[in-house]
Amino acid sequence: MNPYPLDPYWMVALKALLVVVGLLTAFAFMTLIERRLLARFQIRLGPNRVGPFGLLQPVADAIKSIFKEDLVVERADKVLFVLAPLIGVVFALLAFGAIPFGPPGSFFGYQPWVLNLDLGLLYLFAVSEMAIYGIFLAGWASGSKYSLLGSLRSSASLISYELGLGMALLSPVLLVGSLNLNDIVNWQKEHGWLILYAFPAFLLYAIAALAEAARTPFDLPEAEQELVGGYHTEYSSIKWALFQMTEYIHFITASALIPTLFLGGWTMPILEVPYLWMFLKIAFFLFLFIWIRATWFRLRYDQLLRFGWGFLFPVALVWFLVTALVVALDLPRSYLLYLSLIAFLVLLGAVMYGPKSTRKPAPKGLSKGGGA
Amino acid sequence: MTLKALAQSLGITLKYLFSKPVTVPYPDAPVALKPRFHGRHVLTRHPNGLEKCIGCSLCAAACPAYAIYVEPAENDPENPVSAGERYAKVYEINMLRCIFCGLCEEACPTGAIVLGYDFEMADYEYSDLIYGKEDMLVDVVGTKPQRREAKMTGKPVKPGYVVPYVRPELEGFKAPTKGGEK
Repeated sequence: MNPYPLDPYWMVALKALLVVVGLLTAFAFMTLIERRLLARFQIRLGPNRVGPFGLLQPVADAIKSIFKEDLVVERADKVLFVLAPLIGVVFALLAFGAIPFGPPGSFFGYQPWVLNLDLGLLYLFAVSEMAIYGIFLAGWASGSKYSLLGSLRSSASLISYELGLGMALLSPVLLVGSLNLNDIVNWQKEHGWLILYAFPAFLLYAIAALAEAARTPFDLPEAEQELVGGYHTEYSSIKWALFQMTEYIHFITASALIPTLFLGGWTMPILEVPYLWMFLKIAFFLFLFIWIRATWFRLRYDQLLRFGWGFLFPVALVWFLVTALVVALDLPRSYLLYLSLIAFLVLLGAVMYGPKSTRKPAPKGLSKGGGA
Repeated sequence: MTLKALAQSLGITLKYLFSKPVTVPYPDAPVALKPRFHGRHVLTRHPNGLEKCIGCSLCAAACPAYAIYVEPAENDPENPVSAGERYAKVYEINMLRCIFCGLCEEACPTGAIVLGYDFEMADYEYSDLIYGKEDMLVDVVGTKPQRREAKMTGKPVKPGYVVPYVRPELEGFKAPTKGGEK
């Protein structure tokens, strides 16, 4: 039986509304926060003209994108053209409800989650995978070759990384023995955070989540230098804003899922405040992803796929097998702790003592500039 | 591309996150100019109050943009305007033609014309962009549009710049200074 109490339907509806409104507000302000932070990373000031500290910038952006001319391409498939951004946004919004924000009954006597599914993780996968339909249909319905190329490329990379993502998540699921996100958080409260048991899985999941949210090292849909605008080349006005919304909601969801699965969710060994730690953890990952965007480059398409299939997937598979072995033979779980520690030390060693550059120094005597 | 390089690059951007932005919110905050910035011309005076300009037109001859017009006149020995035999009765610079190269300053035998710091000269009419003596003598603060606005609002001219120090060639020119002493 379900050990978690159920809420009346009106409460569930209210919470769903709250999540949607909260996510949309968070999206609006994430655009501002991201632009401000990126500016500071680039020693600029960033948007600060609209309202105090530029706080009204999202409002200005919203007004602008709503009142811009809404073009529909002549050769577009009209129905799908309108449907595609809606599909994207709806499925992006659906995913967030399954994430628990606190212990049962902590939301004014009700439950701090919208959905509590026994197949929570599977549900999340199904829903976030549906986002590819939004992207692919957008490219298909646009009737433009750049959109189609962009959407093909985006869906190929999303599907490739989905594999690594799923494989990386199997090891925590094996350890906990449940797909329910509440169970996963409670297990971590009892036994310690899953990052300690599955450090490689955490790393792989974080990388794959970046790709899933189409964030910088993997933001090929955004590669306007190559693709004009990617899958949303032909979109303008509010429809374009919906795609932007989809992307940011995926970003926020990914930042909320990583702590839920690997960093103990809303729990904290010291000073437990139900919502505070969850929000802090989400904020940390949002910051980390923006930091990465400010620093790293975008991978080339073939590099992206090679990395996904040639590194992410096999490593995730090996770690899954190791975890499966420990669980199947009923070995002490501390073996995983040691293995995770070794993996962490290997990574640390590569960062501290690894070669600085793989590029060969330029041969002397060649004239400067003009090199390939 | 190695892990070490990736980690180091993260460190670099993090360092920049906590450093002061290099951009200036210009109309709200003044621009920091170098002491030798080429801005609006200043016609300087000797310490005794006489104009340095002797109306020789060498600046006009040196000007590559033909932006300067000088009309000299004889000084009244009882009540001289400049320190020489003649003075500039009319001294006009067309700010639309001027390229702010500073060759007039190079050519001037008495050091009368010096490029100052004002740069906010955008205006609505061609005729307003021809600056005469009354717009360029050292005592004048600000550009034509700035002074017009100051007159309308009744507030003093607010220059959009700061300099570390005023270079000595700009004898007697008042400019907002901040940081750094010569």
